[in-house]
Amino acid sequence: MLNLDQDYLSDEHRQFREQLSRFIAREVVPHGAQWEAAGTLPREVYQQMGELGFLGLAIPAEYGGTELDALATVVFGEELGRSSFGGFGSAVSDHADMAAPVIARAASEDLKRRVLPDIASGRKILGFAVTEPGGGSDLTRMKTTATRSGDHWLLNGQKTFITSAVSADVFITVARTDPQAKGGNGFSVFFIEKGGKGFTNGKNFDKTGWCSADMSELFFDNFAVPAANMLGEEGKGFYMLMQGLERERMSLCAQCIGMMERAITITLEHVKSRAAYGRTLWDLQAIRHEMAGYVSEVSAAKLMLYHAAARKVRGESTRLETSMLKAQVPQLLKRVADGCVQMHGAAGYMRGTEIERIFRDARPYSLGGGAAAVMLDEVAKLL
Amino acid sequence: MKEFDLIDPPCITEELRMLREQLRRFIAEEVLPVADNWEREGRIPRPVFRRLGELGLLGMRHPVEHGGTDLGPVASVLWAEELARSGYGGLPASVLVHTDMSSTHISRRGTEEQKRKYLPDIIRGEKIVAIAVTEPGAGSDVAGMKARAVRDGDHWVINGSKLYITNGVYGDIYIVAARTDPEAKGSRGISLFIVEKGTPGLVVARELEKHGDLCSDTAELYFDNLRVPDSSMLGELNKGFYAVMDNFQNERLVMAGSSIGASARAIELTLDHVRTRQAFGGTLWDLQATRQKLAMLATKVAAARALTYSAAELEALGKDCVREISMAKIFACEVNVEVVNSCLQLHGGSGFMRGMAIERMTRDARIQTIGGGATEVMLEEVGKRL
Repeated sequence: MLNLDQDYLSDEHRQFREQLSRFIAREVVPHGAQWEAAGTLPREVYQQMGELGFLGLAIPAEYGGTELDALATVVFGEELGRSSFGGFGSAVSDHADMAAPVIARAASEDLKRRVLPDIASGRKILGFAVTEPGGGSDLTRMKTTATRSGDHWLLNGQKTFITSAVSADVFITVARTDPQAKGGNGFSVFFIEKGGKGFTNGKNFDKTGWCSADMSELFFDNFAVPAANMLGEEGKGFYMLMQGLERERMSLCAQCIGMMERAITITLEHVKSRAAYGRTLWDLQAIRHEMAGYVSEVSAAKLMLYHAAARKVRGESTRLETSMLKAQVPQLLKRVADGCVQMHGAAGYMRGTEIERIFRDARPYSLGGGAAAVMLDEVAKLL
Repeated sequence: MKEFDLIDPPCITEELRMLREQLRRFIAEEVLPVADNWEREGRIPRPVFRRLGELGLLGMRHPVEHGGTDLGPVASVLWAEELARSGYGGLPASVLVHTDMSSTHISRRGTEEQKRKYLPDIIRGEKIVAIAVTEPGAGSDVAGMKARAVRDGDHWVINGSKLYITNGVYGDIYIVAARTDPEAKGSRGISLFIVEKGTPGLVVARELEKHGDLCSDTAELYFDNLRVPDSSMLGELNKGFYAVMDNFQNERLVMAGSSIGASARAIELTLDHVRTRQAFGGTLWDLQATRQKLAMLATKVAAARALTYSAAELEALGKDCVREISMAKIFACEVNVEVVNSCLQLHGGSGFMRGMAIERMTRDARIQTIGGGATEVMLEEVGKRL
């Protein structure tokens, strides 16, 4: 498969990949099935990853992080995805590469000093709570409100489909602070800590896949949040969050690429050894062509991802590139995972087979982080 | 919820329409309220089969003189369509294996004595049948089978293992394929046997955990010096492969039928969702991309349905239609997978949650392009006949 490390990555990136991939082989893959059965990641995984410096890629050194660039986001996502445990990948990337950057970008100096070291070290688990029952990809339909009361904001409302809602200690969340404002105006972002009066979370959801990550709802009932915990400017939260979208999309697409490369690797092993019709499946031209097609498409997607990340490193906008990537790569993952199940035959339909889990875990990438249709609208706006 | 139905082709007679009404009522009243429990338990309770037997629905492919109604392949497609419209793929999987994929071997090739002995209980739903052909090393490539039956006096001794056997855990009667001529190559030298649950040497090695079709049970079987009398041989010695291929035609027709029924139900559910779900200042249905997506899916389902019923009619007339049935199996099952995936996408994040019908239907659909002849194998069948 296409290896772009020599063309795009520095020694530091390559070392990061090497260490992370060794960690995943030793500490994730052997235990992943247990985490899937438990429906959540153990806290120790974050602590181990924190100690090894894997969770600080979005956090500046003065707050305990290593602050790496967009190509590191790609490396991070690829290796998480290659573990083939989508739940592990989604929970860890939410923590380190999607929610943490919001704090690093918009929190006050005080708040950063207080919370970022715990996030970089994995002592506290961070979740990202944006989606609501009536507002998924259409964020402007959010109904949660925050009303000022002295030096606090009182939050009321409900969030849903929140990764790590049960296990996380702290969250980034969004609420309407100006009920009169229209469209994307009038939203503010808050850093909130679990517990306290007026904060509850729902029970762990039973999902198709991503079973090693817990997911649930959050409920706010006059939940008091200190005013100092507002991230960025009042009423400008929507735009502040949008600044993180490019990175988020790159991370999700990198996870898809890693997962596809893993799916292709195990499927090639399978078809080359599976006897059928007096030879192996690999002796059939239709099988060879299908696999060759998948590898070609994954390579094209990977090139575009590295290209976008390299542009981002140079400080250029990648809104178009990342929208195109997010529109297409998760769809490609679904197709590749589906094709790989097909090549495994009925074995691919059985629980306990890796490709069966990959097939389930592939599903949400085109739903979350901007559904495929919404991404196409984003692309169209830029044409 | 508004029903989504396609117009019936002329081969669906008034009699079949009445049968469909009866079945639809049965599913609404006796399946939907309790089927989530069956999914959790991994089995369809035996009284459900008995109820289907009482309604006269389990004998549609069996001779009238043995208690059946002998309605032919068009009825089988309609039966499959309607069972799948329940939205629980395990229901058609388990029931169709019983009515259309296994017991039909007895009607087609059984001796008068075998028919008398087994068919009445099968038609009443008292005894459930499984078909044991697939093995760990031989799926769609049936000729790769390794299970062996060796002659010993007036008995046969069977050794080997079978995999992915629907109804294999809770079934009572197994139609087992094994090699009876070790010298013969490939498709030759295979015979069928009727084996009853409880026969020493017939071992249910394990119940398999699947991706979907959860209310149907699936087993790995193991034969350890399983002794069966001569009288249990079904059909001619060494001609079992041809019997399996012959029965595959009906099996593929009903898989196409269940794919169509499930697809129609998925579209029905999704139309209801998109017409009510608010987004971007209107409903999802107000978006052109949503309307056109569902219009295209409905068109493909209509085409798959037309192809399947026309193949069933050819089969009913006794015409050679392996090519047409293979085409129907390919197209209807592929369309089913496409329909549920697209419908799930239109449900957004809720479509990923257990408990949602579309979530279950998407898992259930995945086996349709693998079981009963994988799409790739079907394409070869079509290719050979071009």
